Amino acid sequence: MAKVVVITSGKGGVGKTTTSAAFAAGLALRGHKTVVIDFDVGLRNLDLVMGCERRVVFDFINVINGDANLNQALIKDKRNDNLFIFPTSQTRDKDALKRDGVERVLEELKQQFDYIVCDSPAGIEHGAITALYFADSAIIVTNPEVSSVRDSDRIIGILASRSRRAERSEPPVELNLLLTRYDPMRVAKGEMLTVEDVMEILSIPLLGVIPESESVLRASNTGTPVSFDEDSPAGRAYLDAVARFMGEQREMRFVKPERRSFFRVLFGKA
Amino acid sequence: MAGNLVQGALFTVMVVRAGMLRDAEFEDELARQIERSPRFFQNAPVVLDLKSAEAFATAEEFVRARELLRQYTLALVGVQNALPAQIEAASAAGLASFAPSAPQPSRRQASAPTPEPAPPAAERASRAPTRLVTEPVRSGTQIYARGTDLVVTAAVSPGAELVADGNIHVYGALRGRALAGASGDAGARIFCSRLEAELVSIAGRYLVSEQLPQEQRGFPVEIALVDEQLTITRN
Repeated sequence: MAKVVVITSGKGGVGKTTTSAAFAAGLALRGHKTVVIDFDVGLRNLDLVMGCERRVVFDFINVINGDANLNQALIKDKRNDNLFIFPTSQTRDKDALKRDGVERVLEELKQQFDYIVCDSPAGIEHGAITALYFADSAIIVTNPEVSSVRDSDRIIGILASRSRRAERSEPPVELNLLLTRYDPMRVAKGEMLTVEDVMEILSIPLLGVIPESESVLRASNTGTPVSFDEDSPAGRAYLDAVARFMGEQREMRFVKPERRSFFRVLFGKA
Repeated sequence: MAGNLVQGALFTVMVVRAGMLRDAEFEDELARQIERSPRFFQNAPVVLDLKSAEAFATAEEFVRARELLRQYTLALVGVQNALPAQIEAASAAGLASFAPSAPQPSRRQASAPTPEPAPPAAERASRAPTRLVTEPVRSGTQIYARGTDLVVTAAVSPGAELVADGNIHVYGALRGRALAGASGDAGARIFCSRLEAELVSIAGRYLVSEQLPQEQRGFPVEIALVDEQLTITRN
């Protein structure tokens, strides 16, 4: 049964799109047929991060409106045969996301894919609500700072009350936390919240900690999901997170300040 | 004295069918009617009829309905024909429940569907079952225990709000707001296993985070109103 996974956060700029790309790529690398959908209508970014911006013809909104069919709009990744990108429209806005249209498209995607990764827009308005409404599983992307944690908390509350699973009293949306832009050195100095601080407030399972890393920016700018870069700490942290998502046990890396020296020896100053 | 405080009265209340709120034409029609007789509708109380409207199931839905009606100067005060889950959600949104299906004392049923002032918490506390919440209360969530105590067995996040006409117990960290004795019961108290609140209030007296004594922060405390002063004691 295909699984709909929403990547959401409430707050903007925490790394939802980077995570969507890296997570979808990680699933594809493990052999799962995966599509990643851009729900950020009007602020189309996922295609850039996935490096397929020059191949976009039809988009999500065209398919919702019936102007194009699914296979015309889906873009196959050139690096991995299991990975597909479903770009959104840059000229429309979030109001174009009609719930019944989205439902129809998702049902159609479920016939073809194992995982449907939804890259949510920021905020708690229509676009974000539509992105999370049909989710079976949610990955809450949070930065180790108070405003991001509070917004994540709000989104968790919305997932628990306004998702389709909540409305139908079905088993709740599976929740997982992904802590991104984590800098153990700044945490040690008290400039960032610790993993434990964040966990205590959000109290949902931790899927992974992605260290702040130059490789993330480089990956974005070159249109490569960072999980394709196995030499970068962030890429390996994403692959760990995907493994944990699939139920594997992996030791949490890049977290503890005492690991910092090990980390720096291997990768230089991150 | 308590006897004099509670008096029955009959009111005329408009009833809006919940299904109509989803109808695109409803707002236009409502706007037209209000334009014809604006003073009649000014702050007029409205009861939402939930008959065959099971989709209204969350507090947010009711808050949205209230906001929608508010735009047209109408004040949503309660619901009728609600299912038990809907009563709970409506109550969380601060709405009263009117008969026939409300599980309430017969005295209230007899006078329904009449809005009446909520009886003081002290009188009703023994009748309404305690509201129990076992999940973390997330930022942006408001929980109202109408006429009763509220017990939370998980953490209350910053930006969440607990309101009870009776006492509030939090068996976890209290990081949001807690307002006990919300309808005036000065005997209500707040208990929590870790005080990190943004605001605590009893019967309208309140302290914001800044005013909470530093030495009490992070500890299990009991908060009571003593001689009109909010008093925090460590448990």
